[in-house]
Amino acid sequence: MSVTASVTPDTDIALWLAQQTDKSLLRFLTCGSVDDGKSTLIGRLLYDSQLILDDQLASLKKESRNRHVGDEGIDFSLLVDGLVAEREQGITIDVAYRFFSTDKRKFIVADTPGHEQYTRNMATGASNADLALLLVDARKGLLTQTRRHSFILSLIGVKHVVLVVNKIDLVGYDADTFAAIESDYRRFAQGLGFKSIAAVPVSALRGDNIVTSSANTPWYQGAPLLPYLEEIVVDEDRSDAPFRFPVQWVNRPNLDFRGFSGTVASGTVAIGDEILVAASRKPAKIARIVTMDGDREEAIAGQAVTLVLDREIDISRGDVLTHPGKTPEYSNQFQAEVVWMAEEPAFPGRSYLLKLGTQLIPATITDLKYRTDVNTLDKIAAKSLELNEVGTITIATDKPIAFDPYAENGTTGGFILIDRIANQTLGAGTVTFGLRRAHNLTYQSFDVNREVRAQLKGQSPSIVWFTGLSGSGKSTVANLMEKRLTAEGRHTYILDGDNVRHGLNKDLGFTEAARVENIRRVAEVARLMADAGLIVLVSFISPFRNERRIAREIAGDIRFLEAYVDTPLEVCEARDPKGLYARARAGEIKNFTGIDSPFEAPERADITLHGAEKTPEEMADELYARLMG
Amino acid sequence: MAIARAGLTHLERLESESIEIFREVAASFERPVMMYSIGKDSSVLLHLARKAFYPSRIPFPLLHIDTTWKFREMIAFRDRTAEEYGFELRVHTNPEGLAANINPFDHGSARYTDIMKTQALRQALNAGQYDAAIGGARRDEEKSRAKERIFSHRNASHAWDPKNQRPELWRVFNTRLNPGESMRVFPLSNWTELDIWTYIYAENIPIVPLYFADKRPVVERSGTLIMVDDDRFRLESGEEPREEVVRFRTLGCYPLTGAIRSSAATLAEVIMEMQASRTSEREGRLIDSDQAGSMEKKKQEGYF
Repeated sequence: MSVTASVTPDTDIALWLAQQTDKSLLRFLTCGSVDDGKSTLIGRLLYDSQLILDDQLASLKKESRNRHVGDEGIDFSLLVDGLVAEREQGITIDVAYRFFSTDKRKFIVADTPGHEQYTRNMATGASNADLALLLVDARKGLLTQTRRHSFILSLIGVKHVVLVVNKIDLVGYDADTFAAIESDYRRFAQGLGFKSIAAVPVSALRGDNIVTSSANTPWYQGAPLLPYLEEIVVDEDRSDAPFRFPVQWVNRPNLDFRGFSGTVASGTVAIGDEILVAASRKPAKIARIVTMDGDREEAIAGQAVTLVLDREIDISRGDVLTHPGKTPEYSNQFQAEVVWMAEEPAFPGRSYLLKLGTQLIPATITDLKYRTDVNTLDKIAAKSLELNEVGTITIATDKPIAFDPYAENGTTGGFILIDRIANQTLGAGTVTFGLRRAHNLTYQSFDVNREVRAQLKGQSPSIVWFTGLSGSGKSTVANLMEKRLTAEGRHTYILDGDNVRHGLNKDLGFTEAARVENIRRVAEVARLMADAGLIVLVSFISPFRNERRIAREIAGDIRFLEAYVDTPLEVCEARDPKGLYARARAGEIKNFTGIDSPFEAPERADITLHGAEKTPEEMADELYARLMG
Repeated sequence: MAIARAGLTHLERLESESIEIFREVAASFERPVMMYSIGKDSSVLLHLARKAFYPSRIPFPLLHIDTTWKFREMIAFRDRTAEEYGFELRVHTNPEGLAANINPFDHGSARYTDIMKTQALRQALNAGQYDAAIGGARRDEEKSRAKERIFSHRNASHAWDPKNQRPELWRVFNTRLNPGESMRVFPLSNWTELDIWTYIYAENIPIVPLYFADKRPVVERSGTLIMVDDDRFRLESGEEPREEVVRFRTLGCYPLTGAIRSSAATLAEVIMEMQASRTSEREGRLIDSDQAGSMEKKKQEGYF
């Protein structure tokens, strides 16, 4: 058979182009080690689809001398050998994409070599694949590796598997060997949820059953590999699934047009359809389905369109439009399988950003139920998930989100977890099912403690204890700090005379004992707030070493920074913003620090800010650097 | 395109994937920009961007790095296209390079490309404080591109770290950045050369006329046909431009771009000719062959 168009000037140009534009697309990935002949198989597919150019072919034949070659005199593995060279240079190859096409289909191959990080790479390659070629060596049969690959395929939801029994020539084209491997595999793969499994006996090197049926395997009645890949139907089901439309971008060119742009994740939508916003449950009807090529009557899964509704309802990016009666789950808790992809392990209690469809939201791993050994499929108790490990977790999001179980919808059921500080992608997960109260979710598997709460806020709780004379600039610096931290999304609180003296401590006067009690209470409140995950800025004169020591002791293991705003008395008195120094000098205020009550300067403050020399902004910068650095 | 009721055709799938990528950029970044190099891939990129945001205009500017050595027809096409579609076009030329008269004749293609393209690009990206730059690179072009992400992270000095790429699953793109970092985004990642041409054909997308055969003044140098596009071209003694029917398979700076003898004057003929020929399209592109692994090296330095 002719695999690709052998075009001559006589070819009917229009016909050929029509054929090119109407081709379908199959994305597949290849699993199997180099030993199984993966490189040779990919090289063979590229060669047989005539994708190798003349100049490449000539140099390939030259290079193939003294190597393991087929009848064409070519070592096909050389075609993918760029990868080997790159590996020698120490560059991590995770997924490389290769392209070829035949008269009937275009193919995108995700090639995921490398053993060390195989789980992560394979999951990445599998996430966009419709089908997987699973290679086994006919001489060896099923290996641990075959099982591992199958599990990952099943986890990511690749529905179609072709078991490529390679090197069939090396077992003398033996039908029984092939039949044994095939039945072994079918038995093993029960319960992995594959929709189709085909087994093909091939020799990638010799070309048996790649493009045409081999005369060496008269006992094999199935299609050769490439024709099978050309014909298999893989995307028939997404249009039959319930309608899901994650809103990606609100399209608002002028006041007269408001549309919602996105890609139909599954199902079909037509003009006049009743729809529902998954989160708000607000209904509307589809008024128009807009594209630059003109309005459509309907849109099917995979099409990128802009929907216009018949009424104004509040919809933004992250919302999911659905049909009533077939809505996705809407919850803030679900169970999921997760593949961990980062060096830094996953722990229950940690907070991440979760991206699912167009929804991005803070989320916490509330429980790590167990990890699954990818080789044995055993479920093992675990306290953390390391790189390339697979685990079953429960997740709580900050607010409810719309999702489906991954098995029902790959677009609304797959998510990634992102580091909140470094922004790296740490893991990929698939929703197993949503959890509601009825499912009796508990948080017992980990303690909600300060670290967990702080993680949720993405900050480390601290107490900054300002000390200094009245008018030294404590409150001004504290306010600047608070503004800056809040602008960065951190959660802070200022405790000062104004908000404590009028409430919590309004029973206290200004005697020495009352002032100590004042500070003790403030220190206790600061500790509680820091325990709740806040950054607490305490702005009190706190003139006595002893009371500051007590405050530090009360803070316990919470980070405590003593910030001394060292502004000389003369400067403070000259500023006298509230007129207090004047009144103290006049004898109207007793026990006023600096006048008739001492200020015990700190001997070892964590940071000293010189209020007479620096502006409040400069002091705030110094303090910020000390606190966040 | 016709509605394929039993699933989408491969071009429809590629098209909607690219549109989704464009929309994700518009929704996730504050200051995106789209690189516009005037070639056929840029024409496709522009067409897809218009589709992605229709009826809105493209919500970000297009940026052309003008080396001042582009074919005159390219510049005319660029300006015509900008006017017709009403997008915001920003043009940047490296001012120091211009002042020093850096050109492909005196300074060699490697140095010239570095100063007038790579450095110029960095200048423009810094000046615009763009947090996402959309480009038309495809994975089938070159080995180092075959493994690059669709959303490809750049550090604060625009460098790519191939060893530390973010895993990219499904179409869930991690668009998060720290201050100073940026993203290069490649909506055409999964397209091939042939897809580009058949899409141009199917969608009737305008491209620069230089892709079609016509009579043009050329000189032949060590087997390569170079078009004499203006009087800055340095003819060697005895060299006389002659009119030949030629066309270009790729477009760049005219002194560095080889023409081929061809009579393919329509899109269909160009595609047929491309399919019939069995040599690599990248041959005409001098930058790839300067040194081994050159593309990867250039990308680490910030080249697209």
